[in-house]
Amino acid sequence: MDTHLLSIITFMPAFAALILAVFLRGDDEAAQRNAKWLAMITTSVTFVVSLFVLFEFDPNDTGMQFVVEAEWLLGMQYRLGVDGISVLFVMLTTFMMPLVIAASWNVEHRVKEYMIAFLLLETLMLGVFMALDLILFYLFFEAGLIPMFLIIGIWGGANRIYASFKFFLYTFLGSVLMLVAMVGMFADAGSTCIAACQDGQVALLNHTFGSESFSLLGIQIVGGAQTLMFLAFFASFAVKMPMWPVHTWLPDAHVQAPTAGSVVLAAILLKLGGYGFLRFSLPMFPVGAEVMSEFILWISAIAIVYTSLVALVQEDMKKLIAYSSVAHMGFVTMGIFAGNQQGIDGAIFQMLSHGFISGALFLCVGVIYDRMHTREIDAYGGLVNRMPAYALIFMLFTMANVGLPGTSGFVGEFLTLMAVFQVNTWVAAVATTGVIFSAAYALWLYRRVVMGDLIKESLKSITDMNPREKWIFAPLVVMTILLGVYPALILDLIGPSVTALVENYDAAKEAAMGALETAAVSE
Amino acid sequence: MISADLNIILPEIVLSAFAMLGLLAAVYSSKDKMAGALVWLTAALFVVLAAWIGLTGEGTQTAFNGMFNDDGFARFAKITILLSAAAVLVMSEGYMRDRGILRFEYPMLVALAAVGMMMMVSAGDLMALYMGLELQSLVLYVVAALRRDSIKSTEAGLKYFVLGALSSGLLLYGASLVYGYAGTTLFSGIIEVAQAGETSIGLLFGLVFLISGMAFKVSAVPFHMWTPDVYEGAPTPITAFFATAPKVAAMGLFARVLHDAFGNAVSDWSQIVALLSVASMFLGAVAAIGQTNIKRLMAFSSIAHMGYALMGLAAGTVLGVQAMLVYMAIYVTMNVGVFAFIMLMQKDGAPVTDISSLNMYSKQNPGRALALLVLMFSLAGVPPMLGFFGKLYVLRAAYQADLVWLAVAGVIASVIGAYYYLRIVFYMYFGEDKSDALDSGGSPLLAGFLMASAVIMIVGIANMFGVEGAAASAAATLVN
Repeated sequence: MDTHLLSIITFMPAFAALILAVFLRGDDEAAQRNAKWLAMITTSVTFVVSLFVLFEFDPNDTGMQFVVEAEWLLGMQYRLGVDGISVLFVMLTTFMMPLVIAASWNVEHRVKEYMIAFLLLETLMLGVFMALDLILFYLFFEAGLIPMFLIIGIWGGANRIYASFKFFLYTFLGSVLMLVAMVGMFADAGSTCIAACQDGQVALLNHTFGSESFSLLGIQIVGGAQTLMFLAFFASFAVKMPMWPVHTWLPDAHVQAPTAGSVVLAAILLKLGGYGFLRFSLPMFPVGAEVMSEFILWISAIAIVYTSLVALVQEDMKKLIAYSSVAHMGFVTMGIFAGNQQGIDGAIFQMLSHGFISGALFLCVGVIYDRMHTREIDAYGGLVNRMPAYALIFMLFTMANVGLPGTSGFVGEFLTLMAVFQVNTWVAAVATTGVIFSAAYALWLYRRVVMGDLIKESLKSITDMNPREKWIFAPLVVMTILLGVYPALILDLIGPSVTALVENYDAAKEAAMGALETAAVSE
Repeated sequence: MISADLNIILPEIVLSAFAMLGLLAAVYSSKDKMAGALVWLTAALFVVLAAWIGLTGEGTQTAFNGMFNDDGFARFAKITILLSAAAVLVMSEGYMRDRGILRFEYPMLVALAAVGMMMMVSAGDLMALYMGLELQSLVLYVVAALRRDSIKSTEAGLKYFVLGALSSGLLLYGASLVYGYAGTTLFSGIIEVAQAGETSIGLLFGLVFLISGMAFKVSAVPFHMWTPDVYEGAPTPITAFFATAPKVAAMGLFARVLHDAFGNAVSDWSQIVALLSVASMFLGAVAAIGQTNIKRLMAFSSIAHMGYALMGLAAGTVLGVQAMLVYMAIYVTMNVGVFAFIMLMQKDGAPVTDISSLNMYSKQNPGRALALLVLMFSLAGVPPMLGFFGKLYVLRAAYQADLVWLAVAGVIASVIGAYYYLRIVFYMYFGEDKSDALDSGGSPLLAGFLMASAVIMIVGIANMFGVEGAAASAAATLVN
C-alpha cells in the first residue's frame, strides 16, 4: 500500500482547485460545465480512493494507521494518520462532497470560484481529521474558515454579509485561545506530535500535563494547567460545535449560505468540534475534562431543550433545521462528556448520522427553494399533492431527525441517553424531554409544508424532483436506513479505539484524582 | 589595523561612495533624465550587496574598537533591509515617472538611507547608533516631502520632521544619561554596568528615554501619531518604503540596544516593551476599523504588526529575537505585495486610495483580487498563510518567557484586527456590480510583485525558504 495514500486523498481536491484556478479561462457555459465536471470527478475519485483506506483499515489496531510524515518548520512535522475515531469522519467527508457538488449543479453565478472554494474546503476538512501534529491541525482547522467565509459571502442570501462576518469572527475568536493553549502544550511537552511520533519524541496523547491546582488572580483553579488548557480548547470547539449559548452564529450562517454550503456546514464542519473533543480534550486533559464535565452535561441538556423550543417557533425552514442541529449536537457533547463507552460510541454515531440526516434535510429545503425561491414555511403547504416522491423522502428524513427506531437517528440518541443516565440521571431526564420536543417541531414542520390541501396559487405548477435530485438523495437514504437497522457496521469499527480512549481517560482521571485527594488529606 | 576595520565596513563604504558619485554624475550630466537608470542601478547594487553580505560574511567581527559590529544578526537585518529597499525602488520607478516626480536625488537618498540603516543594525556604540539613525531619518524627512507641490506631501514631511526631531532629542537625552551613569558609550561597557536588579536609577531613566526614541522609529504606541498622516501624505512608493526597510532597521536597532547594552537587565526593560507591544496591537487593531483610506489603514496595520514584533522582543530570549526577525521578514514581504497593489489602484491614471473603489474588483481582475485576498488573510494571521507562522513564532516566544497574558492579549487583538482585513475582502468579493471601476491595466512589474508576494505567502509554509534557520543563527549571535 502506498504510504502517501492519505496525502493523496487530502490534497487531490486542492490540486484540482489549483488546476481550475490556473488553467480554466472564461466564464461561458462550456467553462462552467468543465468546472462542474472536474469538481464532480475529483470528489468522486477522492471518495473511491478513501474506500481503500476503509477496507484496509484494521479496527483492532487502536494506534494510528497509514501514517505519513515529513519534516517541517520549528521542529514540527507534517504528519497524517487515521485511527478508529477519525477514519469514519474522513469517510463522511469524502462521501458527502460528491453529493454536495451534485446539489450545486444549478449554480450559475461564478461557477469556477464556487467549485474552487468547495474543493479547497474538502482538502482542509480532510486535513483536520487526519492531522497528527498540533499546529498542522490548527492550520487546517482555521484555514477552513476562509473558503466558508467566501461561500457564505459570495453565494449567500440577502443578509449574507452580516452572516459571513459573524461566522468568521465568532469562530476565529473561539480558536485563537486554543492557539495559545497549543503554544503552551508545545512549550510543556516540547513536541507538537499527537501520536505515532518519531523515536524520542513525546506524543501528546501520552503526555500528562500538570494538574496541580493553583490560584490565579485570587481564583482557585482546580486541575491547574489542565483545566485552563481544557477551557481554551473548549472555547474553540464549543463555538464550532456549536453549543448553547455560543451557537448564535449558526442559524445566521445556515440561513444565508447557499444550499450546498449549508450541507457542508451541517454535515461536516459541525463535526470538527466533536472530533476535537475526542482527539484533544478528553485524552489530553482528562483532569480538566473531569472537572468541567458536570457543567458541560448541564449545558448540553439545556441546549437540547432550549434550542428545540426555539426551533418550534421558527418561520424559516433552514433556521428551524439549524436549531435542530444545535439540539442534536447537544446529544453529542452529552455523550462525549459522559465519558463511558456507550457515550462516546453514541456521540460518534450521532455525529455521523446527523451528517447524513441534516445534510439531507438541507437538501430537501434546497429542492423547494430552487423552485419557489423562498424558505418561509407559510409559503408552502400541501406539497404532497404535486410532489409525492419529495414527500416520501422528506418524510423519511423528518422521522430520522426525530429519532425513529429503524433510522440512524435513533441509535445515537439512545446510546448517549443511556450513557448519561449512568452518570447523571437528572441530566438524562431533562435531555429526554428534548426528544419529545424534537418530534414536535419536526412533525409540525412536515405537516405545514407537505400535508394538507394545495391551496396556494403559486404552488399549483410546482414539479416533483428530477432524476438528478433523486440520485443525490439515494445514497443518503441508504445510509440512514442501513445504519439504523445495522449500527454494528460503525460500532465495530470504532469500538476498539473508543475502548482504548475510555480506558486511558479513566486511568488518567483516577491517577490524578487520587493525587488530588492525597494532597487534600495531607493538608 | 585601520585596513582591517575598513574591510569590515566595506559594504557601507561602497554604498556611500556610490551614492555620492551618483549625485555628482547626475548633477553634471542629464539630471532627472538619468533618474530611471539610477533607480535600477541602485536596486541592482542593493541586491549585489545583499548577496555579498550573505555569501561572504561569517563569524562575529567588530571594527573601530567595538563601535561597529558585523555579526549574524546584523547580516540578517542588512539583507532584509537591502532586498526590501531594492524591491520598493524597482516598484516605484514607473509610478513616479508617470507622475513626474522621479528625481535623480531619490535613488541616491534611498541609498544613503540604506547606509544609515545598515549602520543602525551594526551599531556597537551610542554614537554609532545615533549617526546611523539620523542619517536614515534625515533622508526619510526629505523623501516624505518629495512631491513639493502637494500640500499633503509637504505636510507629511514637516510633521515627520518635527516629531522625529523630538524623538531624536529624547533618544539623545537618554543616551547622555546612560553615558553619565555607565561612564561609556560602548554597548560592551554598558552591559557590564547594567546588571539586573542593581541598575542605577539614572541608567534606568536613560534606558526608558532610549526606548521612547526607538519606539517612535518603529511607530509603537504611544509614539505612533505621525504614522497615519505620513503614510497618507507621502507619495505611495515612499509610503511603501517607510513601511518596509526602515521598520526592519529600527527593530534591529531596538534588539541591538536592548540585548547588547542591556542584555543583563532583561527584567528591567521587558515590561516596558511588553506594554508598548500590547498598546500597539490593540490601537492598531481598533483604530484601523474606521479607516476608508487604504494607506491610512496600512499605517494602523503596521502599528499593530510592530506590536507583534515587539512581543518577540519583550520575551528577551534567543527565541524572542528569532521570532522578531522571522516576523519582520514575513511582514516586509507582505507589505511589498500590498503596496504593489496600492500603486496599481488607479482610475483614469490618477491614484485612488479609497477602499470602497475596490467594489467587485474580483469580477474585473480575478487574479489580482485573489492575490490581495491571500495577502489580507496573511496580514490577519489566518492560517495557512505565512503571516500566521510569524504570529505563531512570537506567541511561542512570549509564552516561553512566561508572558502568557501578552500572548492572550495578542491573539484577541488579532481577532479585532481581522475585521478590517476582511472588510477589504468584502469589498472585492461581496459587493454589488458597478460601473466606475478601477483601471484594469497597470504596470506588469507591479502585478508581478503582487503575485510573487502572494505566492510566497502560500508556498513559504513548506520551509520558509530557510529564513527560519538563518534567523535562529542570527538571534544566537545577538543573545548569549
